Amino acid sequence: MELSRLLRHGDRALILAQRLLEQITHAPEIEEDMALANLALDLLGQARVLYTLAGEVEGGGHDEDHFAYWRDAAEFTNPVLVEQPNTDFAHVIVRQYLHDEFALAFWQAAGWDVAAKAVKETTYHRRHSRAWLVRLGDGTPESHRRAQAALDTLWPYVDELFAGADQLRPAWDVAVAATLAEATLAVPQMLPAEPIHEHLESILAELQVTARAHPGATW
Amino acid sequence: MWEVFVRAKRGVSHVHTGTVHAPDAELALQHARDLFTRRSEGVSVWVVRSTDITASNPDDRESLFDPALDKTFRHPTDFELPDEVANM
Repeated sequence: MELSRLLRHGDRALILAQRLLEQITHAPEIEEDMALANLALDLLGQARVLYTLAGEVEGGGHDEDHFAYWRDAAEFTNPVLVEQPNTDFAHVIVRQYLHDEFALAFWQAAGWDVAAKAVKETTYHRRHSRAWLVRLGDGTPESHRRAQAALDTLWPYVDELFAGADQLRPAWDVAVAATLAEATLAVPQMLPAEPIHEHLESILAELQVTARAHPGATW
Repeated sequence: MWEVFVRAKRGVSHVHTGTVHAPDAELALQHARDLFTRRSEGVSVWVVRSTDITASNPDDRESLFDPALDKTFRHPTDFELPDEVANM
């Protein structure tokens, strides 16, 4: 297992979890609050596993907390897609679905012992985000407009999601095209965006502030 | 609104555990899973649209249920329950 790959996917799971946790008390209904928090908790668990493995591979005595709390933005290598802002519920769902379809293929192909649990979790994540995306796209004119807008905003970050995992792209394209057709949404034709970690600083500020203010604290 | 029924393990009945908001049956099922099987309480979940439930009227309670009160012969209290029988 390569260190850079473990860290990229640990960062992917951690940053997406943090974005989802920002949604608590902001989801359209209390049931969805709970659903998004569940996704975030699963992702947090996946990040912990990957960071722990990263520590073992690196051999520098670093634990999961080191990778989550004590690295700066410049050291994070998450796909830019997962740090995109929540903006509205459509953005949350579109980001999640584009991610989940990737993450499921990633875990299925990973061939790691720790992947079996993540495959089960991610299968459910995709089921949830896919169900919502179809309902938003094929819902009211307003929900359709917002879902298409979110898709157009987030699509330019899809290419970079596959950095180092190009072989997963063809199956993803097929699966996503089928979902978008069911959701009556158009596949965007946008060009890839520069993968700049524009939002990482502010996400990490909130994620790391407590750990850094009280180093080594336990509860 | 959807009524949620969870079967705790194989061999026992689904039991009403609560209510969720959802736009349709599929999302009701997902919400039910997230809310009521968080601590592995279940092996099966049902959701039923709340409006599809026909309930007895509390005012009818006496006529519906009181006639059973003095019919103790309906209670199988004279049977010994073997230890091997679970879930009774």
